[in-house]
Amino acid sequence: MSGAPHSVPSTEWPDAQGRFGPYGGRYLPETLVEPIEELERAYTAVQSDNTFLSAFAHLLHTFAGRPTPLDFAARLTEHLGGPRIYLKREDLLHTGAHKINNCIGQGLLTLRMNKRRVIAETGAGQHGVATAAVCARLGLECCVYMGTEDMERQRLNVGRMRMLGATVTPVDSGSRTLKDAINEAMRDWVTNVRTSHYLLGSVLGAHPYPRMVRDFQSIIGCEARQQMLEAEGRLPNTLFACVGGGSNSIGLFHAFLSDSSVRMVGVEAGGRGTHLGEHAARLAAAAGYTGARPGVLQGTYTWVLQTDAGQIATTHSVSAGLDYPAVGPEHAWLADRGRAEYTAVSDEAAIDAARTLSRTEGILCALETAHAVAELIRRAPTLPRDSAVILNVSGRGDKDMETLARHL
Amino acid sequence: MGGLEPNARTRIGRRFEELRRSGDLGLVAYLTAGDPSLEATRQIVLAASEAGADVVELGVPFSDPLADGPVIQRASERALKGGTTLRGVLDLVRVIREQSNVPLVLFSYFNPVLQFGLETFAACAQSAGADGTLITDLPPEDSSDYRMALRSRGLDTIFLAAPTTGEVRMRQIASVSSGFLYVISRTGVTGERDSLSDDLPALLRRARSTTTLPLAVGFGVSLPGHVSILGGLADAAVVGSALVAEVERASSADEAASNVAARVRLLKQAGIHGMSRREAAAAERGSET
Repeated sequence: MSGAPHSVPSTEWPDAQGRFGPYGGRYLPETLVEPIEELERAYTAVQSDNTFLSAFAHLLHTFAGRPTPLDFAARLTEHLGGPRIYLKREDLLHTGAHKINNCIGQGLLTLRMNKRRVIAETGAGQHGVATAAVCARLGLECCVYMGTEDMERQRLNVGRMRMLGATVTPVDSGSRTLKDAINEAMRDWVTNVRTSHYLLGSVLGAHPYPRMVRDFQSIIGCEARQQMLEAEGRLPNTLFACVGGGSNSIGLFHAFLSDSSVRMVGVEAGGRGTHLGEHAARLAAAAGYTGARPGVLQGTYTWVLQTDAGQIATTHSVSAGLDYPAVGPEHAWLADRGRAEYTAVSDEAAIDAARTLSRTEGILCALETAHAVAELIRRAPTLPRDSAVILNVSGRGDKDMETLARHL
Repeated sequence: MGGLEPNARTRIGRRFEELRRSGDLGLVAYLTAGDPSLEATRQIVLAASEAGADVVELGVPFSDPLADGPVIQRASERALKGGTTLRGVLDLVRVIREQSNVPLVLFSYFNPVLQFGLETFAACAQSAGADGTLITDLPPEDSSDYRMALRSRGLDTIFLAAPTTGEVRMRQIASVSSGFLYVISRTGVTGERDSLSDDLPALLRRARSTTTLPLAVGFGVSLPGHVSILGGLADAAVVGSALVAEVERASSADEAASNVAARVRLLKQAGIHGMSRREAAAAERGSET
């Protein structure tokens, strides 16, 4: 499994127009349309280019540290009285989260397109750090936009990006979080589109980003599926992953989409309440969270937290990486079809879950991941003791220590 | 040649016909609706129209204006803080229409229009007296429902062409546009610039060779010198951030209306047929003192 190109499981979605059912598409200012068509062509070309795929696999192995282990969580399993819990350890990757998988792919694609400058947004800072590291490795100029509120709560990552040679530009408009960082990154992109590649960090934005980022992240599920078959001789019953934009979850889910026996649970940020403005739950309406409707934000048609008049709402989550008003269009489509289910857990439950995982397994996970852990803990009593689940540990929690320290 | 002829049945089409006959460069004035209030916008629009604006674009404020520079971002924030909604902007169109015949274009990001409902939006825009609509983040590919709704109400659908738009695509954009084609002068967001892009004449020649629609050039057009350069190359100049900045600087609606009107007069003057670059430069120096 080391260093060989993985083959992305094929699916019928998205279609040629970049649609997942009704969701997705390409809602962009005209200036960006022909450049993004060029990106789509470049991405299509490298999918069957062995030189590219080998370089991608090589860097995933030697630079990022793939494959990551599928780690049996014996003490957490015992603590909860089952099910059998396996942790997919993306937190062990270089720079500390799954984000680097996509950054290596898009970084190599940037070189292919003969561009030398990379633009990125970041919320928790994990995508920014991964982008900065890949840019340094590949000799690309790197400019990262980050909301000032996020810079405050993720100070460690701001320092890491700067140490890696990236320019970090504070964004002080709107809610001063991820959404506003994306707006500013898109303004840079529309200005410097001839020389710069926008390295979007999640399965969001205009076609082909939701597909391309999913494909680059699909290695998570490809590895986990094989590892589970080796460990247990069977497929898992349920998958758990947190959903901000949705890249770590889609990365895990993708390889299992045609395994109809495998249930998939995406966990959004329930924040501090169910009213609009108190949470970042776009698909968890069944759990009582209000304010989401289909709409267009930042290039894609998907479920968006918004006012009746179509203004995008501010969101709240203790976790900067989940604090975003829209969800990746493929998740909206999986939810519509009932192929995956989506729920949300509160700030408080996430923090408690981070503590539980730390003390039972010795793994200090990111606050984003902690949302998935909290949902697993909540559901454990309802799951058969001998069933097997995979939880994607999307990132490590060092960056969240200032927040967590207040709750010790 | 692709594209629709200027539509003589709409106010926009008739205005561009008049401009073609006179040889003057048209002036399209953009203002963010509701900045700082809808009543102030009413006064400012009427003043701009009396001062010579040929078409007025009313910007519908949006929380995430990703194609706009800081001036229009701030105006949108002020308008939203004041409670401006698309419904309010449509009411404003009705009030302006009772007092003026100036062609009015609604300029919006897609989401507020989508949430309003495309059919309802088209019906309300028509009955209020709007003449056309332009959606910044809706390229032709995903726009068929929108176009059908607007066209069935006799409204012009204006699309944008950019410096990155090649010839094939330019033809496609022109074929779905009516009223005029909005040509983005340079890559980037809206906002004032010292000079126009060197590539602009080539872009306008490319547009001219693909469509008979009037060409209106925007993004970075703010000074009389810019406007006078466009004479002969385009049919109209679109001025936005420079006017919105006048509104921002003013301490009352009256002051905003009179400063916007002065700026419109100056720019309109620079576009009048026959004005030389030297005269435009002199007018520009005069405006700074």
